[in-house]
Amino acid sequence: MTTGNQPAPRILTCGEDALVVEFGHAVDPAINDRVYALAEVVGSANNGSVIELVPTYRSLLVQYDIEQSTAADMTTFLKDLISTADITQDKNENVPRQIYELPVTYGGEHGEDLQDVADHAGMSTDQVIAIHSGTEYRVFMLGFAPGFPYLGGMDERIATPRLASPRVRVPAGSVGIAETQTGVYPMASPGGWRLIGNTPVSLFDPSLEPPVPFLPGSFIRFVPVSSEQAGEVVNQVAAGTYIVQMTEQNS
Amino acid sequence: MAALRVISPGPLSTVQDLGRPGYQRFGVSVSGAADRYALRLGNLLVGNDQRGAAIEVTIGGAEFEFTEDSIFAITGADLSPALNRASIPLWETLNAVAGDHLSLPSPVGPDAGLRAYVIVSGGIDTPQALGSRSTHVGAQLGGVDGRALSLDDEVPIGPLTDPVTPGRRVPEDMIPRYGGEIVARVVPGPQDDKFDQDAVNIFYGSTFTVSDKSDRMGCRLEGPEVPATDAAHDIVSDGVVTGAIQIPGDGQPIILLADRQTTGGYVKIGVIASVDLALVAQASPGARLRFEQITVEDASELARDRMAALRNMIFDTLDARSGDTRSVGSDGERWQYDIRIGGANYQVDVDADALEGHSTAVVNGIEYNIQVVPGESF
Repeated sequence: MTTGNQPAPRILTCGEDALVVEFGHAVDPAINDRVYALAEVVGSANNGSVIELVPTYRSLLVQYDIEQSTAADMTTFLKDLISTADITQDKNENVPRQIYELPVTYGGEHGEDLQDVADHAGMSTDQVIAIHSGTEYRVFMLGFAPGFPYLGGMDERIATPRLASPRVRVPAGSVGIAETQTGVYPMASPGGWRLIGNTPVSLFDPSLEPPVPFLPGSFIRFVPVSSEQAGEVVNQVAAGTYIVQMTEQNS
Repeated sequence: MAALRVISPGPLSTVQDLGRPGYQRFGVSVSGAADRYALRLGNLLVGNDQRGAAIEVTIGGAEFEFTEDSIFAITGADLSPALNRASIPLWETLNAVAGDHLSLPSPVGPDAGLRAYVIVSGGIDTPQALGSRSTHVGAQLGGVDGRALSLDDEVPIGPLTDPVTPGRRVPEDMIPRYGGEIVARVVPGPQDDKFDQDAVNIFYGSTFTVSDKSDRMGCRLEGPEVPATDAAHDIVSDGVVTGAIQIPGDGQPIILLADRQTTGGYVKIGVIASVDLALVAQASPGARLRFEQITVEDASELARDRMAALRNMIFDTLDARSGDTRSVGSDGERWQYDIRIGGANYQVDVDADALEGHSTAVVNGIEYNIQVVPGESF
């Protein structure tokens, strides 16, 4: 992570009722940290005009109520927050990482493409599992579909191209690899990622508040489990007693 | 329980309200009515909160049966609505009795619009998901089991809280005109700096055609290519808003509509002013559209004016139209008329001493204003 002063973010117009605070153009943990730091101060400043905040890889979209504020006033409000909250200063090094553990059954019927990924990488399936589960992945943002995490930090040794012909139906909870990305399908959908496993944890439950088990800006780690252990988790999820394990760790 | 029974859902009928803001950071689309203006007006016509849920019918092919007497309205596209096969007007408060069949078979023409709203007094009362009844089929959220309506669904209607009178109509100057050549005003940004002056001239100087690949996620356009500088159409994904105009690598604009995703990876040249977005959402494949630049100040002023107009809405009060009224006799003290309201015929009595000016008649417990015009032949 870089340190020191970063360039001031740009504030861009996004229609009559939203502004985008853009910190950069790259997929970069330092930029992503600032997005979530600003989301936090804007959220807690609670000026009565903010309707919704959408943090992404590199920017924060701020939607506001045009009957309460104007683009000019909101720009001033955001600029003041950015300077007083010192968002440009990288000071998140000592903020502990929140790491959520997602149990995964790798291979077999749960991850039909695990062998293909291993073949492509020129290693054993056990090595693929060890590499995939040996990393903490940053949740840069949630998007594409409810609860879908855009994860960063996969080891490029297990990078694999997408399927030439996407599956018509990928089961919910499928853990996949596409090029250098890894991710989890929150719900059944068509998809072309190489499937290496499945998590019994529900990544999106509209009956819960919040409806997702981990927030964007946090980290997740995949933990290999047996089918029996996964079955136990399924039962606990169904009973509403399952809690995703979270540990805090200094970065 | 009052309900609308689905006799035919057509290609796509869904429950929609004003959507579910507040969950975009979890990847949850806002969703909601594609034409929010038509939904708001319809809710006001039947005495609902502007945010109430209705059925959005796409293109036509839909038929519903009222299981109870209901007050309702049809707004949005003119899909030739009829009650028991008799044509009924849009933008009016209407009356249905239990067993009535409401049909929306097909657009009256190419300029009819695409999406009609069936709005019932009391509102559609399906369970809320994350604070909204809006259906997002892809996310399997809202509506009836998170899906489009299907044959034999009974779509529940909420209790009537604030009784209103049929015979109210949206004033003519507030009824939108769909079709023709649509002019959509655009606030530039957030990535307008990715387009040079030539590309900007192409964007604002050309007429585009709405593609048949359009859906509730986006209105896709076909026309001259709008090139981003150095062909850099892809960006690291950032947040998007409804009405944002993405320009992907083929240079063909996509206007994001209600079911849009929460983030996007294409450059956005601008965002449609919300007051013009309904016209885009109602544009049928083949419709022609061009863009005009507007400042953020002017766009938000237009939006504020529209919200104020909706808040201060005063509907026209309709008298039974002369062509729909027929004298059927008198007992000396009272005149009897047949009056057609909302496609159904009612017999009303008018006091003989009210032969001039206004009187009232009560039909099915609802009071109607009746203007009696002197000189009509009895």
